[in-house]
Amino acid sequence: MSDTVIEAQGLTKRYGRIAAVDGVSFTVGRGEIFGLLGPNGAGKTTAILMMLGLTEVTEGTISVLGHNPAREPLQVKRVVGYLPDTVGFYDHMTARDNLRYTAALIGIEPGLRDKRIAAALDRVGLPDVGEKKVGAFSRGMRQRLGLAEILMKDVSIAILDEPTSGLDPHATNELLETIRSLKHDGVAVLLSSHLLERVQSVCDRVALFNAGRIALLGTVPELARQVLGGGYNVEVEADGEGLGVLFSDIPGVKAVDQAGPSRYRLLADRDVRAQAAVAVVNGGGALRRLSVEEPSLDAIYSRYFDNQASQQQGASQVNNHAA
Amino acid sequence: MQREGSPWRGLSVVYFRELFDHLTSVRMVVLQFLVVLLGGAVVYFAAEQIRNTTAEDPFLFLRLFAPPGQSLLSFVLVLSILVPILAIGLGFDAINGEYNRRTMSRILAQPIYRDALLLGKFLAGLSTIAIALVTLWLLVIGFGLLRLGVPPSGEEIGRLFIFLLVTIAYAGIWLALAVTFSVFFRSTATAALVALGLWLFLALLWPALAQMLGEVISPSDLRFAQLGLPTPDTLAWQQALSRISPGTLYGEAVVAMLNPDAQSMTTLLAQFQGRIGSPLPLDQSIMQAWPQMVSLIAGTILLYVIGYVAFQRQEVRA
Repeated sequence: MSDTVIEAQGLTKRYGRIAAVDGVSFTVGRGEIFGLLGPNGAGKTTAILMMLGLTEVTEGTISVLGHNPAREPLQVKRVVGYLPDTVGFYDHMTARDNLRYTAALIGIEPGLRDKRIAAALDRVGLPDVGEKKVGAFSRGMRQRLGLAEILMKDVSIAILDEPTSGLDPHATNELLETIRSLKHDGVAVLLSSHLLERVQSVCDRVALFNAGRIALLGTVPELARQVLGGGYNVEVEADGEGLGVLFSDIPGVKAVDQAGPSRYRLLADRDVRAQAAVAVVNGGGALRRLSVEEPSLDAIYSRYFDNQASQQQGASQVNNHAA
Repeated sequence: MQREGSPWRGLSVVYFRELFDHLTSVRMVVLQFLVVLLGGAVVYFAAEQIRNTTAEDPFLFLRLFAPPGQSLLSFVLVLSILVPILAIGLGFDAINGEYNRRTMSRILAQPIYRDALLLGKFLAGLSTIAIALVTLWLLVIGFGLLRLGVPPSGEEIGRLFIFLLVTIAYAGIWLALAVTFSVFFRSTATAALVALGLWLFLALLWPALAQMLGEVISPSDLRFAQLGLPTPDTLAWQQALSRISPGTLYGEAVVAMLNPDAQSMTTLLAQFQGRIGSPLPLDQSIMQAWPQMVSLIAGTILLYVIGYVAFQRQEVRA
């Protein structure tokens, strides 16, 4: 079997004349954490529903582990775990009974069910509340119960729709930890979110959705290079003569800012700390501090949409002039 | 596009969970309590009446369910009112409840088709009502044995059994209606109100309205009126229209089964011709009620299919 688990080609979903998803193509590999990012209403959830065969594809193809979700939804849903936007459970039933019901729907053998449920609850940190009614659960606990369902299902692909929204920082970290452990088990994780900072730390690759299309696709540093023209901010504090010139000679450095008498800020498209240190030492200077700020998805995101907005403004101005 | 895999996968899982839910729910306990209380009172008075007045009557047990003459309340009447409420009460939040609890997309992400979910819910609701009705039926027969001290004849048991089946079919049509409304309306309150409103309209207003409409479509002929007879055409229209209400169908079927000596509307003309006969045998009664029974089942299937098609095309996103 190939290493690609999800492959979308020109995926399109139209509601009447409005395209919610418009010609989207991407692939997700085995054991990869793939982020679907973008503002609300950009088409992330619709794309996810098409992957699950829960909504019809208008145009294009999608293949999940070699199956077409529209034709063979049962095959697809057997290997895909889905955590919806705001996950709900039957409030009058206990956590364990909720999972038992799903386990029966999945078709897990009766003898194995309780063992797998217990293991899954353990892994998400809910070992003691299995017999409690879900009605008393907090949002974070429900979210974890949803993850437990995916763990219990023993899937090859986990699709998580906005899993971190509404969670406190501690709960978010725990959730991301579980997502990493899924990756460790060889599960491909597809993550949709608008909380960029959090997602950045776990995603191998991201796709930035905008108005139904994928605007940007790649690893975070790649996107930084594309949008910000760099993205690594290396700060150097060092004494010495002519260090600015030396820094600008380092390959990869786009610009050098002198922020103070002996403080420099280098804008680079990669991490150039080592080269900067060498430059300072070779130039006979004294290196006092060296730090790097990695490119942030937040910056990429807002810069991208700023660019879009200014382009649109420019275009409308041109139109106004023409009129 | 052809789908692969069985649409029945997961049906029994959904069915048994929903059945368990219904049987343990407070809602069901309350409804059941209501039925037993009202039914019990009515049957008790019917039994008292029979004990006081009985002469020679071959259908003593049937009188328990449907007392002859102008009895204000009969067990059958209580059922014809309470069964729709029971069915609507069990079905009005079948589908929209899943959306509101936000469990729908999670459940449908499991390897089952929507078919299994909808059918499982419908069958569980129907089974719940069937269990309630069978229990009630046995209770009334047991009570009759104790109070009347006469065992029912084979024919009476046969008639009562068919009456039970017809009542379940009558529950089915209202359940199908409620489930279908639960697909169409995202708010459970709206679905319940619309279903109950439709039931009130069909039960209370429609019979009178059908009479008027029949008169409008085919006015009475003066010659028949002078003889004090209904005009056949007008009567046919009025009957056809009034049979749109499941309650009318149920009433006609029940009268045919439980009142073998009563003349139903279809034999009214025969009555005018002076052919008043002895009670109909069981098979003739079944023949008489057959169209009504088939209509009830067909209506159930039709309403279910409408809901099914709407549910299949529905967007899952809440």
